[in-house]
Amino acid sequence: MSTTPLLQINNISVVYSDVIQVLKGVSLTVEKNTIVSLLGSNGAGKTTTLKAISGLLKPENGRVTDGTIMFDTKSVQNSAPEDITRMGIIQVLEGRQPFKYLTIEENLRVGTATRWGKPYKQDMDMIYEYFPSLIKRRKSLAGYCSGGELQMLVIGRALLAHPKLLLLDEPSLGLAPLVVKEIFRIIKRINEEQATTIILVEQNANMALQIAHYGYVMENGKIVMEGKAEELRENPDVREFYLGMGASGTVKSYRNIKSYKRRKRWL
Amino acid sequence: MEFFIQLLVNGISIGFLYGLAAMGFVMIFKSSSVLNFAHGELLAAGAFIFLTLVTWAKVPVFFAFLVTLAGSFILGFIVERLFLRPLIGEPLIYVIMLTVGLASIFKGLMLLIWGGNLYIYPDFLPSNLSIQWGNIHIPPVYVVAIIIGLFFLTLFGLFFKYSSQGIYMRSVADNQTASLSLGVNVRRVFALSWAIAALVAGMSGIVLGIINGINVHDLSSVGLKVFPVVILGGLDSIGGAIIGGLIIGLLETFTGGYLDPSLRDVIPYIALVFILMVKPYGLFGLVEIERV
Repeated sequence: MSTTPLLQINNISVVYSDVIQVLKGVSLTVEKNTIVSLLGSNGAGKTTTLKAISGLLKPENGRVTDGTIMFDTKSVQNSAPEDITRMGIIQVLEGRQPFKYLTIEENLRVGTATRWGKPYKQDMDMIYEYFPSLIKRRKSLAGYCSGGELQMLVIGRALLAHPKLLLLDEPSLGLAPLVVKEIFRIIKRINEEQATTIILVEQNANMALQIAHYGYVMENGKIVMEGKAEELRENPDVREFYLGMGASGTVKSYRNIKSYKRRKRWL
Repeated sequence: MEFFIQLLVNGISIGFLYGLAAMGFVMIFKSSSVLNFAHGELLAAGAFIFLTLVTWAKVPVFFAFLVTLAGSFILGFIVERLFLRPLIGEPLIYVIMLTVGLASIFKGLMLLIWGGNLYIYPDFLPSNLSIQWGNIHIPPVYVVAIIIGLFFLTLFGLFFKYSSQGIYMRSVADNQTASLSLGVNVRRVFALSWAIAALVAGMSGIVLGIINGINVHDLSSVGLKVFPVVILGGLDSIGGAIIGGLIIGLLETFTGGYLDPSLRDVIPYIALVFILMVKPYGLFGLVEIERV
């Protein structure tokens, strides 16, 4: 490794309400200017990992009990979200979560909260350039916009904070395939043009591995597999469990008991 | 007819004061979902600080007014810091019970310091502020109430619509997790909403004190009157608080004038019952935006 990675998570455990252990020793490394994808089934701990990084565990009564999270050279585990966001880590929450009673433009302005009082007009134009469909809606309440527009809105809102590390939690959730394509194209562009490092949590493993440089697969609060995106795409287990294809490219069958056994071995 | 117009003007100016008091209440509710039962006491505190400054400390009226506003602002800030902040994340009912307790403490303290007597401010409003129009005479204090009401309404309207801090405050009211994720300083927003609430409450306390005299019990019971006002207007609408205030103010003065002065405290609640039967979210309550 030539340079220090932007983010290094070292063997963290996360416990909710002092009893429920969700992450059991997760380690991952994110190099500068890359897209790292985090895959896994529901309840694997992907969202919790993101929240551990962004500090949003606290309001949910969760805590990093073990291990370290190093951002640049500072350790950020269990810091307050106000501090973490000011260091340049911004999370885009799952399920979009716009401010429904604010207009699109006001929503975007909230994105400037980490640099309150500084000019933002130019950045606003940049966001509209990335997401041209937001321009004509900018005076309307976010609550009345479509899912695709909202996803663009929340990504744009996060970009206004000038993040060094952008955490995207399921940006494809509930969107039409064409919109998903569009959004992933923009995510790739942001990564290339803004030099923003991105951690991408996705169910849509196929799309995610197409734009990511590196990938991790999680199961039950642990990382069970990692590798370069292209390698993961070719890996038979990933193909079968996440890309929905049998080892030979055929649709998998429940009769094939072996797949169940192979999956169990991971856990 | 003159009597009618007279009552109308009185009602509007009292209504603006109720509306201002209610606005502070709504602001706390909007940002942190806390019902502040100590609101009437904050209002009384403003009136008494002003009284002390004007009569005992002999501070010029205008400065006394500014100092009172600043004092109320700081008072709200301190209350949030000392009592509310440790309870962030606890169930809401604890926080609401805390405000009930705060109300008793404040009331007790004020009774201890100033006693339960009725005070009046020295007459300091210039008489040329009054309006004489035919047989209709509008005393200066009502004119002042309307001016203050309109001024602060516009001010806060602009603040929430255009200033960054105002937009952050609305974003916290809208979706707290999302605003946290963008780095909005939620604790600062809470502190600010308490401070602004105490400020507007203190201000309406002063003007109500000029109209009705200053008495701990009377002024803190305005805190109760805030409830029909905000429920009428919709708990989460600042514009609604003002309209609700105007309606309650007008109802009160008209019942007092035409029916019986002893009915004036009852009528708002009766009206409240009827309006809620027709519009359960209040007149301007947020219509839940549902996306299917």
